[in-house]
Amino acid sequence: MAEKVAGPEIEKLVQLLAKLPGLGPRSARRAVLHLIRKREELLAPLADAMRIAEERIVVCSVCGNIDTSDPCTICRDARRDASILVVVETVADLWALERAGLLNARYHVLGGVLSPLDGVGPDDLAIASLVARVRAEETREVVLAVNATVDGQTTAHYVADVLSPSGVKVTRLAHGVPVGGELDYLDEGTLAAALERRTVF
Amino acid sequence: MDWRDDGLVMGARRHGETSVILELMTRGHGRHLGLVRGGRSRRLRPVLQPGNLVAAQWRARLEDHLGALTVEPLAARAAHLLDRAVALNGVASLCALLRLLPERDPHEDLFEMADAIAARLGDIRDFEIAATMMARFELALLGALGFGLDLNACALTGAQDDLAYVSPKSGRAVSRAAGAPWRDRLLPYPDFLQHESIAAARGDLIAAFRLTGYFLTRDVLNPRGVTLPAARDLYIDALARAA
Repeated sequence: MAEKVAGPEIEKLVQLLAKLPGLGPRSARRAVLHLIRKREELLAPLADAMRIAEERIVVCSVCGNIDTSDPCTICRDARRDASILVVVETVADLWALERAGLLNARYHVLGGVLSPLDGVGPDDLAIASLVARVRAEETREVVLAVNATVDGQTTAHYVADVLSPSGVKVTRLAHGVPVGGELDYLDEGTLAAALERRTVF
Repeated sequence: MDWRDDGLVMGARRHGETSVILELMTRGHGRHLGLVRGGRSRRLRPVLQPGNLVAAQWRARLEDHLGALTVEPLAARAAHLLDRAVALNGVASLCALLRLLPERDPHEDLFEMADAIAARLGDIRDFEIAATMMARFELALLGALGFGLDLNACALTGAQDDLAYVSPKSGRAVSRAAGAPWRDRLLPYPDFLQHESIAAARGDLIAAFRLTGYFLTRDVLNPRGVTLPAARDLYIDALARAA
């Protein structure tokens, strides 16, 4: 059995970093060595940033976003169009849409999708709070920005059903050929969806 | 150990960062799970959607291992399901019911039925045909699970004609004449379940699902402490609304 080459503190750091997505034990060890080499410029500021984040991170009680204030920065932003509410599965999806900067709207994070296999039902998702928001706020349109998977679209249809009594306009993202996508490499399902929803050129 | 078989995708659960544990209903190997390496990739994610038909190859060192699956798409149906809630709930209900079968217990007839239903669910013109097949599938599922109904002759008279009811107690058919005094307490036995040539009316479909749902709940689900899948209720609601 190989002997440990570093003290328990460093080994613990390696073990913890190895649990991050995309990192295994070997790459975690490399990252730790890099941090140690850049102790002043990287290790200390990273440790401080992580400690502060750990202390201050909260889940927004309005939309479910993650931020250091509650309500979050997006919900507090008065310049956003309050009439459009974009419903996403996870915070990662919200951040992806924000990165694109296409919509100046507000968001609602469901916290997942309905999944019989994983035992996720409507009560496990933030659907009741979505209905309450639509009723209380001046929402005119709800955009269902969920994944084009069977579970994602089952959730979208369920949410649309639940929202139908409120009379709000419910829309969803288009399905089809992605930018940069080559037809030769697309699956039949995406091609079928793109053909069914073809538009006039 | 290895085999090749066709499989209907029932669902995939994340495993690590890049893999999934895939659940298939195969033609000759029953409900079967296996690890798909790279199952979360852009190439494979559309293939591993419920309702799709795949050509699967399973490999493991020992027979009782989880094993690894590699899959190639044969029929990509998921995209046709996404637009309609009834189709999505239909496929979710179908997969949830298939999950009642024990693992690796072959049921070729159920595979054929499930595959045919999944193929029809995506087409709005086949809405009623898919529902008819679904009701027959549930009846066959009860049989496969060891709780088949005795529907060939009247439990009271032995008559084989004009069977109109099923006893909720014994699960046996009852003729219209013999069952008349207790008809409020008996479950209707729709004609289309007796004769494949008869087309099902919407009302008959709802009655058929009530019949199979009753026995599935009593004999299969209650002993396991579970209930009928919510997707099944939503599917039947959509049927009833369309009636």
